[in-house]
Amino acid sequence: MSCPFRATSAAGLTALWLAAALPAAGAEEGLRLFAVVGDAIPASLTGAKGDTERGRAIVADRHVGLCLLCHSGPFPEEPLQGTLAPDLRGVGSRWSEGQLRLRVVDAARLNPGTIMPPYYRTDGLNRVAPSVRGKPVLTADEIEDVVAFLVTLRE
Amino acid sequence: MLRTAQLIVAVSLAVALAASEEIPLSERHSSYQDMSAETRAMQDHDAENPGMLWVLDGEALWQTKAGKAAIACAGCHGDAETSMKGVAARYPAYDARRGTAIDLAGRINVCRTDHQQSPELARESRDLLALTALVARQSHGLPIDSDEARLRPFIDAGRAIFTARQGQLDLACAHCHDANRGKKLAGITLSQGHPTGYPLYRLEWQTLGSLQRRLRNCLIGMRAEPYAYGAPEYIALEAYLMWRARGMPLESPAVRP
Ligand code: HEC
Ligand code: HEC
Ligand code: HEC
Repeated sequence: MSCPFRATSAAGLTALWLAAALPAAGAEEGLRLFAVVGDAIPASLTGAKGDTERGRAIVADRHVGLCLLCHSGPFPEEPLQGTLAPDLRGVGSRWSEGQLRLRVVDAARLNPGTIMPPYYRTDGLNRVAPSVRGKPVLTADEIEDVVAFLVTLRE
Repeated sequence: MLRTAQLIVAVSLAVALAASEEIPLSERHSSYQDMSAETRAMQDHDAENPGMLWVLDGEALWQTKAGKAAIACAGCHGDAETSMKGVAARYPAYDARRGTAIDLAGRINVCRTDHQQSPELARESRDLLALTALVARQSHGLPIDSDEARLRPFIDAGRAIFTARQGQLDLACAHCHDANRGKKLAGITLSQGHPTGYPLYRLEWQTLGSLQRRLRNCLIGMRAEPYAYGAPEYIALEAYLMWRARGMPLESPAVRP
């Protein structure tokens, strides 16, 4: 409700939105600025390429990436996977790097009713636990690692 | 206190889900049905059900004189099997004297303070859980009977919380327990989130716990700020969950993985 970008960007128009997420009081660091173009964030949040191996570890870790709570994917060592969301195999073929980045940063911009958590947004949230208040689920570096890994999931 | 309920509704409606679909009555079932045969057997056989230890403790406390009044629960209520039959099935109940909804543990504490003249028992303390388990046991197998007419504002407040996104993960209770019930969250089958078993013995806790403790776990999982034990938000959620499970049989003390 307080996110001014949601309604418009969900339309998927090729428009440039500058999303400046302001740090909440007590936040340790503000979020970096990023540009949404259509249904993608084409540029790296950090300006650097992420690390595929670290990205895989984040995605597989139920306490860091949380992805396997909902998704399944090519993780033979992880017997407990989710069935709330599509299998991650092949997402690198289905989506471009920039499209994957926006999906992880804030999936609600594409589907306001999504259950996929916003991994890099701190506004528009309610009653956030004090220990993580003002902090995104993943840091910009971690987002880039995850994106670098997702790109490798081709079919 | 009615105003508290209305305030909760107003605040929560602002962030309520656009479309939240309630489970059709005929499709409701307890998460008992999703459990392994061993866990179900543990719940079904009193001799194996660890929750029965709390019921036994509760029986002893029921007979124990307490407070300045030096009177036991039994001194006023007699045999719990008769006087407490069906009571837990209609809690939270509307307390006309206080003009608000009160849950079973809160009701027991009112008897502690007003009738026994002894201090309240802390939420989740062994004694309060034991007395609650004893009273709940007397409704075993009886259908939940929600006093919809008088609890309406509390039920509505609870529903508003249930359908509102909260926490860092921006999830609502309804996302997991209505929309995605039956699917797997990291290998765990998501239940419909019914309150039928509480207080219950959870193998993961290695102890008996209240419904509020379970709700606190879910809120922590959502990375939301849990409410304080006994808070009006929990009572409202309990009232909504009991209404949502109306007619379903109580199974306390249940066992859960
Ligand atoms: C609470 C559940 C949940 C979690 C946790 C979650 N997702 Fe998702 N995700 C979804 C759902 C549901 C969809 C389907 C699209 C939608 O509803 O928005 C989805 C869609 C996606 C897609 C697009 C898939 C496709 O084939 O179209 C990608 C990529 C993705 N998620 C990656 C991730 C990654 C990476 C993580 C962890 C960092 C993650 N998700 C965590 C629920 C989740
Ligand atoms: C001095 C008498 C007295 C004692 C002692 C007493 N109670 Fe009560 N209790 C009452 C009365 C009277 C009510 C009816 C509601 C009211 O007006 O307080 C009641 C109501 C209740 C109810 C709600 C019943 C319903 O139908 O909604 C429960 C549960 C209960 N008591 C449990 C206990 C427990 C457990 C103890 C011991 C810790 C206890 N009581 C001790 C007098 C007593
Ligand atoms: C991310 C998914 C998720 C969310 C969101 C969630 N829960 Fe749960 N909940 C679970 C899981 C997992 C369990 C344990 C397995 C089960 O019973 O589903 C559980 C258990 C429960 C139970 C116990 C059911 C039983 O039979 O013992 C209740 C009641 C419940 N949740 C209510 C809530 C309420 C109220 C909220 C919102 C404050 C909520 N949940 C939010 C996942 C969730």
